[in-house]
Amino acid sequence: MSTTRARIWPFFGGIRLPGHKSESLGKTIQAHSLPQQLILPLNQHIGLSATPAVKPGDKVFKGQLIASASSSVSAPIHAPTSGTIKAITQHPTLHPSGLNAPCIVLEPDTQEQWADTIKPNAHPLQIEPETLRKLIGSAGIVGLGGAAFPTRLKLETGIENNIDTLIINAAECEPYITCDNALILERAAHIIEGIQILLRALNISRCLIGIEDEMKPAIHTLKQALTLTDETDIRLVETPTRYPAGGEKQLVKTLTGKEIPANGLPSDIGVLCHNVGTCYAVYQAIRHGIPLISRIVTVAGPGLGKACNLEVLFGTPIKDLIQLCGGYVNDKTDLLIGGPMMGYPVNSDELPIIKSCNCILVGSRSTKTEQTVMPCIRCGECVDVCPAKILPQILYWHAQAKEFDRIQDYHLFDCIECGCCDYVCPSHIPLVQYFRFAKNEIWSMEKEKLKSDQARERHEFRNQRIEKQKQAIEERRRKKKAALENKPKNLADDPKKSAILAAIERVQRKKSVADVEPKNTSNLSNAQKRQIKETDERRKNNKSE
Amino acid sequence: MNVEKTTNLNNRFKPHKSVTAMMLVVLVTLVPGVASYLYFFGLGMILNIIVACITALAAEALILWWRKKPVVFYLKDCSALVTAVLLALCLPSLAPWWLTVIATLFAIVIAKHLYGGLGHNIFNPAMIGYVVIIISFPQIMSTQWLNPDATKAIDSYTAATPLDNIKTELDRGQTISEVTEASPTLLFGEFGAYSWEWVNLAFLLGGIALLYLRIIRWHIPLMMLGTIFLIAAVFHYYDSDNYLPPLFHLFSGGTILAAFYIATDPVTSPNTRLGHIYFGIGIGIYTYVIRTWGGYPDGIAFAVLLMNMKTPILDYVTQPRAFGHPKKRHTHITHKKDSQD
Repeated sequence: MSTTRARIWPFFGGIRLPGHKSESLGKTIQAHSLPQQLILPLNQHIGLSATPAVKPGDKVFKGQLIASASSSVSAPIHAPTSGTIKAITQHPTLHPSGLNAPCIVLEPDTQEQWADTIKPNAHPLQIEPETLRKLIGSAGIVGLGGAAFPTRLKLETGIENNIDTLIINAAECEPYITCDNALILERAAHIIEGIQILLRALNISRCLIGIEDEMKPAIHTLKQALTLTDETDIRLVETPTRYPAGGEKQLVKTLTGKEIPANGLPSDIGVLCHNVGTCYAVYQAIRHGIPLISRIVTVAGPGLGKACNLEVLFGTPIKDLIQLCGGYVNDKTDLLIGGPMMGYPVNSDELPIIKSCNCILVGSRSTKTEQTVMPCIRCGECVDVCPAKILPQILYWHAQAKEFDRIQDYHLFDCIECGCCDYVCPSHIPLVQYFRFAKNEIWSMEKEKLKSDQARERHEFRNQRIEKQKQAIEERRRKKKAALENKPKNLADDPKKSAILAAIERVQRKKSVADVEPKNTSNLSNAQKRQIKETDERRKNNKSE
Repeated sequence: MNVEKTTNLNNRFKPHKSVTAMMLVVLVTLVPGVASYLYFFGLGMILNIIVACITALAAEALILWWRKKPVVFYLKDCSALVTAVLLALCLPSLAPWWLTVIATLFAIVIAKHLYGGLGHNIFNPAMIGYVVIIISFPQIMSTQWLNPDATKAIDSYTAATPLDNIKTELDRGQTISEVTEASPTLLFGEFGAYSWEWVNLAFLLGGIALLYLRIIRWHIPLMMLGTIFLIAAVFHYYDSDNYLPPLFHLFSGGTILAAFYIATDPVTSPNTRLGHIYFGIGIGIYTYVIRTWGGYPDGIAFAVLLMNMKTPILDYVTQPRAFGHPKKRHTHITHKKDSQD
């Protein structure tokens, strides 16, 4: 690897933030004791929910598949420990909406018995790339940086687009969060091996690791780990410590000088971006056969006893982690999932940890400052810090007025919601909230439009069909009529008509013979004859009447 | 434990910068300028400032109450005070009190609140107030300035501003050298207008403090002053008898005050940095043109208002290239069709 400082292309905007990193970095990564039950949401990733592969009452082993990927955009879920499946039920999950979602509830038996499907590989770098990608997919690995995009799918798009560079995101730019940093400090060699596996899976050799230049111990550790390998194409690049240096678009720009096109993917410019946590998960999955069942979570914040990094099994409730970190300082506390800039608040500490959760931030009411929103004075501070190079105050203006077509002209959808504009606004306007609102409105409007378009199409199609049927009937009728008109006038020629005529004739003949002589009247007595005569007389009279 | 869901938790980790603090800093940085003004031109100005401030606060409170807005909350932002002080500094020291009141009322009521209050006005309120009275009462506005020497030797108590004086003489066909020789009062100081140069220098000091504190950015003041200097230098070099030297333009009248305190008003100036550059250049050109060939001795107020009008279009045409987008899309204005058609 090269020791000279690599060239970088700094991104526009961004801000210097107080790091608050040392608070959680001093200690080693701690494991925690098994909770009483693990709640595993079926959707912990971007894409479709996994399909349960177990039923309540089943006994499962550690690392056993309990829910399989339901489509290519999905990821399987494995049992974090051995135990019994208690239920598959609705439970609140870690999501900004706070809504219930289907979860598998697992009660640990504390045996920690591994499934026999777990197979280590002594030589991961000799496995075929395609097999590697499959293994990564079946280990349930998703991007651990926060987005939780299925890793296998990302690798496949990289293969399809012939990418040439793998970018590893070690620039943990949000304040407080140190889970990647701690991972590097303790398991750098494993991360490097994970990177090598990813490179092989992608069939490329070039890799850039982006790391913030203030993470000195981590840089040192990674450098040492790199010298132990014979890799020459993995380079460590120090980026300026400036939020949001770890944003995918910003990191790629800083390391390669190229901008990911708007509405595009990194693979459009020949790169792929993975988080160091993902690299470690890949190492675990390929080398040791251990699927993704745990992750490092930073638990920090002013409202917490002591900050630390924990290795957490998925499904562990937040409160268990808080307890391990010395509990709450105050009675009244705020919980934020993710960092202070981009995290979202949740209202319960019963929620389980999922694959995308990198940090639990505990606020404290004493740190709260009352800030009232003032009118925008168009000072332009937000323009100076916006890494997407858009004009937040003009977006705000249009979002307020609900001018959703104008707001898109000003590139609303390029906003990465990093919160820099919020942070610097002297009027304390929650700008990002306005932008999220506008985005949601536009999305739902588009959905509505799509729906009504479909409905209209359906309606038009139906009308067309009815019209066609009518025409067909009309056509048939017309043909028939024409056929009739073309028929020869002589009825006798028509067998049907002549048959009818014959029948009519027969009936008439029958009627005409109704007045024939009565049968069996030869040897009747006179009285009988008279009676018959009278009857005939009466009948005739009746007829004539 | 009791977790309470808040929508804007990020606030908890934010620094404390506020509109009020910004306005207060602006007021504080005006102190050297005002102090030197008082030193050179006597205490008349302080009266203007007091009258303007009282009027502004009263008018603001009344109209906030009338608009059913939280009165104390909005008064605390101090924006009305900034408008009042800046306006007062533009008026002659001996301006009658009612003149100050009218100007301030116009600034606060018409120019600010009729447009929607703080952050919504299109025109700089102080400049609107100033323009209203310079058009309505030109006589007072051009004569009721104190002679810089009035406090020392009284040969004429009141005077026109140096810019006014010279403009009148130049219009009568005199050359600049003739004016300086014949003039009863001193017009030229060390580098700018007599006495005014020091006041302007003090304002420059405050302006630099604003830059240092990042309340304002360099684009507008530098471009405005640079443009005036450049044009003035060209014309002065070409004909030094009829065109004033560039430093005189910078250090006389309200040039420095306007460059740092008035043109940089965030509400009425563009949002983009490129827009700021065009805005500054525009004010510079207008100021020079009005001063030299227009009907008013100091054209800054008109220049600022003329550029205020162009702020929306400047915002539109100077949008930066958003991240990940191809270069420059907005070279012309596209007319958005209604969604119906």
